[in-house]
Amino acid sequence: GDTQIFLLWKSLSQILSRVLGAVKSQTQPRTFSRGVHTVTLIPGDGIGPEISTAVMKIFEAAKVPIQWEERNVTAIKGPGGKWMIPPEAKESMDRSKIGLKGPLKTPIAAGHPSMNLLLRKTFDLYANVRPCVSIEGYKTPYTDVDLVTIRENTEGEYSGIEHVIVDGVVQSIKLITEQASRRIAEYAFEYARNNQRSSVTAVHKANIMRMSDGLFLRKCREVAENYKDVKFTEMYLDTVCLNMVQDPTQFDVLVMPNLYGDILSDLCAGLIGGLGVTPSGNIGANGVAIFESVHGTAPDIAGKDLANPTALLLSAVMMLRHMGLHADAKKIETACYDTIRDKKVLTKDLGGNSKCSEFTTEICRRVQDMD
Amino acid sequence: PNHTIMPNQIIPPPAKYGGRHTVTMIPGDGIGPELLNHARELFRFCCVPVDFEVVNVDSSVTSEDDINNAVTAIKRNGVALKGNIETNHNLPPSHKSRNNLLRTSLDLYANVMHCQTLPGVQTRHRDIDIIIIRENTEGEYSSLEHENVPGVVECLKIITRMNSMRLAEFAFRLAREKGRRRITAVHKANIMKLGDGLFLKCCKEVAAGYPDITFDDMIVDNTTMQLVSKPQQFDVMVMPNLYGNVVSNVCAGLVGGPGLVPGANYGENYAVFETATRNTGKSIANKNIANPTATLLASCLMLDHLRLHDHASVIRKAVLKTLSETQLHTADLGGQGTTSEVVQTIMQEVQRNGFLNPKHI
Repeated sequence: GDTQIFLLWKSLSQILSRVLGAVKSQTQPRTFSRGVHTVTLIPGDGIGPEISTAVMKIFEAAKVPIQWEERNVTAIKGPGGKWMIPPEAKESMDRSKIGLKGPLKTPIAAGHPSMNLLLRKTFDLYANVRPCVSIEGYKTPYTDVDLVTIRENTEGEYSGIEHVIVDGVVQSIKLITEQASRRIAEYAFEYARNNQRSSVTAVHKANIMRMSDGLFLRKCREVAENYKDVKFTEMYLDTVCLNMVQDPTQFDVLVMPNLYGDILSDLCAGLIGGLGVTPSGNIGANGVAIFESVHGTAPDIAGKDLANPTALLLSAVMMLRHMGLHADAKKIETACYDTIRDKKVLTKDLGGNSKCSEFTTEICRRVQDMD
Repeated sequence: PNHTIMPNQIIPPPAKYGGRHTVTMIPGDGIGPELLNHARELFRFCCVPVDFEVVNVDSSVTSEDDINNAVTAIKRNGVALKGNIETNHNLPPSHKSRNNLLRTSLDLYANVMHCQTLPGVQTRHRDIDIIIIRENTEGEYSSLEHENVPGVVECLKIITRMNSMRLAEFAFRLAREKGRRRITAVHKANIMKLGDGLFLKCCKEVAAGYPDITFDDMIVDNTTMQLVSKPQQFDVMVMPNLYGNVVSNVCAGLVGGPGLVPGANYGENYAVFETATRNTGKSIANKNIANPTATLLASCLMLDHLRLHDHASVIRKAVLKTLSETQLHTADLGGQGTTSEVVQTIMQEVQRNGFLNPKHI
């Protein structure tokens, strides 16, 4: 009875999403105009649950039309002995297509691979996007930073393929494929177009890694041909680093392979104040997008109401923009920035001595005042 | 005797047999030729007992004859001062980077860069004093790539125990020599467990023999984040090739840019000196606006290597004194000074300190 109805509903929604998926381009954000939208929420470990609660409270205060579906992603061993995320989590994400995730514990001796890696593989999260914008009120030596790093997240130096050739000689393989390079380049240009960014810069080291980075560069150039409205430039990784720390305002959207992306995205996060205030989004190949805070689980302050929810909140704002809910995104982002700029209610890492709940309440108050 | 001598009328003292060094000079491309020319003029002015054997490397030809000649010359002289040789990365992979060929042929396994906050230069961070020791011949720069399946390229990163041990030993020896307290190894061994894991293991092994120096390690992405927020926490850093590229450029940017920091490449038998960030500066070439500081400080490092410490010290002092005069700053430091003005001022500074007295030579 109920199961049959559920299965019928499930297959209908699958058919519907396949039809919708075929109609729209994968990289274009879906516009959600009416109705309540489901988002899969993965609170995570450590301070994860409390910052997730903070975000849910703020969204409620802002009356954002979102319904949260909480899921756990701790790895389980599936049939055949392969590690996988729990089927309920996968099912929820496949259905909602949008996820918000807190920090996950990195297991050292648990026997299973990193959860982030599992999620990446399960949903083919090929693009990691980090907008880095200077936060007025949270002072760093760098002001006016406004750039986006788009990092290829499936191959490159993180292929995990290493061999000991002979005793004392190790070879690590960096893999660059035409397909992945084209895909990330296309995403970068689409992102630039959809977010009114004027230029895309490919970051590479083709002078040294002629074939691999050369291939990446060639694909970027090819894709650039189809996006004449966006300026395309190329720059060596070292030149980017050199210029980034002297004048970050010269950069707009940066696209690059995995390792350079890892390093540069963290460098840029450092420019605006660190991982505690940096949002991040991961785009998957079949329309799934998971937004996350990239800081750690901070076990030493977990459960003590001391955590700073800014990173997760700004990631949630990024998520709203991806969903087309721009007004709600702007409202919450402004409330967050205003609170930080005001400096009256700040968590310890931002230089204040308020609790996480107080910081959250303050943002909620501002959000409600805006209506 | 006190006499005022016009710079181009200096007559060098007669060469002492065995007292003069021959150094290979590779002008390179972009700003290399003009800046190395200034270095040569300055040496002549200061009566430095060094003769330069200039070897040109044409970066536009595919033949490797030029770079092989350069390598032979350096093997003969033992020491070189060089500008950066342009690499056209649109040429096929068979056309290798000339700079890389030089480094690997001469087995210059250690690249050393000393980043310090310099007086007179406006930067966001103060009190930076970091020595970066970077593996210079292997790692991601092994130039081993292949395309087994069309559209799929594999690039091999090689880490060997031999090179990692050699580098670690070099780093700890240098740190002890300079009285430094702490060495931080930069790596990504959480992802590249075998490769960077081996590098880290070698560093730890060598560290055990230097109990007076604290050894710790940091993952490269965290390192860059720390560098832009709190660079004062670092003392000496040691790392494989690519991370070295990233970290040295970040540090150079933090202390004021590519025009200020000299670099040195050391091997078992040879040493090559150049600017730390190895930029060609094509867009500012031949406009008399390039900053000569990095090149001149590199030439001082070379003089120290040749044990001509007095000469090195005088020139270095003059360069840094000139740098502290903001009205002479070149464009990269936000000023409008010309290269020749800076070099002239350095010469005047040297002269003022009475170094041209033959008694000192």
